[in-house]
Amino acid sequence: MSEFLYLYRNPANSQFAPDSPHQLQERLAKWTAWFKDLEAKQHIKSPGHPLESKGAVVKDKRGTVTDGPYAESKDIIGGYSLIEAKDLAQAAELARGCPIFEHGGVVEVRPIRQM
Amino acid sequence: MVVPDEHFFRREAGRLLATLTRILGVHNLALAEDVVQDTLASAVEVWTFRGVPEHASAWLMTAAKNRAISVLRRERTVRKFAPELGRLLDSEWTLKPVLDEQFLPRALKDDELRMMFSCCHPKLQQDVQVALILYLLCGFSVGEVASAFLVTHEAMEKRISRGKKLLAKSKKLFELSTDDFAPRLSVVHRALYLLFSEGYHGAHPEQVVRVDLCHEAMRLARLLVDHAPAATPATHALAALMYLDAARLPGRVDEAGDLTALFDQDRSRWDANLIAEGLQLLEASAAGQEITEYHVEAAIAAVHAAAGSPEQTRWGDIVSLYDSLMRIRPSPVVALNRAIAIAQHLGPAPGLEALQSIPEADRLSAYPFYSAALGEFELRRHRRDVAREHFRTAHGLARNEAERRFLERRIAACEA
Repeated sequence: MSEFLYLYRNPANSQFAPDSPHQLQERLAKWTAWFKDLEAKQHIKSPGHPLESKGAVVKDKRGTVTDGPYAESKDIIGGYSLIEAKDLAQAAELARGCPIFEHGGVVEVRPIRQM
Repeated sequence: MVVPDEHFFRREAGRLLATLTRILGVHNLALAEDVVQDTLASAVEVWTFRGVPEHASAWLMTAAKNRAISVLRRERTVRKFAPELGRLLDSEWTLKPVLDEQFLPRALKDDELRMMFSCCHPKLQQDVQVALILYLLCGFSVGEVASAFLVTHEAMEKRISRGKKLLAKSKKLFELSTDDFAPRLSVVHRALYLLFSEGYHGAHPEQVVRVDLCHEAMRLARLLVDHAPAATPATHALAALMYLDAARLPGRVDEAGDLTALFDQDRSRWDANLIAEGLQLLEASAAGQEITEYHVEAAIAAVHAAAGSPEQTRWGDIVSLYDSLMRIRPSPVVALNRAIAIAQHLGPAPGLEALQSIPEADRLSAYPFYSAALGEFELRRHRRDVAREHFRTAHGLARNEAERRFLERRIAACEA
């Protein structure tokens, strides 16, 4: 088994209308079902965390700080999880079930480099 | 992990909005809506990764409180908030303890009720009141309310913002302890009745019954029953009628989504728990002198619920209950139902007579079940050709597929 990081990337200039409570409920249900399924198949090392959309970027030693994450970027990392899978192909295959595609996001799958 | 029931977020949205509106002031309704939206969206983010906490509802209330505190800190110099909190929100020293106090369970107790009464402002038309209830108290989006009432998104947006504008002028939520309480309560009854009927009999093109709407109406009626000043005999009667009618829902639509007439329903599918609860509510409604239309309608539903089959139904009782209803709240639809009961009780000829003597029967001319009743009575008199024509007329007026299929079966019955 190898470890992988899932980075959930959401579009930065999200034009989505605010979700209704009913849609939020459906969204939570889908994500929960997806995580549960991965967990049952023992692919979850850690479910990870969501990230706030605002932060800071420290650019150099002198402490030049800009509002983060990345003004020039087209998407923002909305959260991450640690996944266990046989290889990159399987990790990518597992990500296909992620509900993020329904709200315009993508999953970046990055193998964790082992010593 | 706790999985919240399917309407958890809708319900919580209504609760949170009612509380935040009390604290921020009705004139800051839009701000309160933003806080609720942020709170729920952020909860979904966190819960997705970390699981739903055990006390999800309390978790949301705390999250909303924290957001409200930061909104008040940020905006206290540029906005006025709830007048009764006055200057207490102006000082950093008092702001947090005051807010803590405002979110204690005993402070939250009446918020939903006050919001419900506020939505039923007598200056608002009934369709606006019902739309506001769904939107502000039941957590439906504008689009969801629009599709429930078969109007465009744009039209519903206008309807809701008209309502919100009027609310915003009132500065604070409706006070339950004023002289206006009793008259406002009857407006609330009417709005909840309409909400329930829309779900039960509405003319939606795809779904014959919108159980969602019925359930919301029942939940809100239950809130009234559980809050002492609102728990009047009329409130109990209204709730009883909803529970007893809703008990028949599992029999009303079959597996294929087709409508089944009361006479052909599989009564074993009626919900015995709802019937029991409905009968209890009906009993509690018999406390006062006043007999409202809800009492009578609930009594009719109770007679049906008590009968094991159409033949065992005490149709004579139903006819006299419809007579009372015609006195309290006459309408062509009530007269139509009365005629159907007469036909059951005395036979098709008296039924036809009752149908033909309905005052303002022309108001029923676009209603498919008027022609369908004519067809039914003629068929029982073995006048198949006349019956078929009536069913065809009804078919032409049908408002959705389920009604059309139902009437096709009646047309076919004329051939046999």
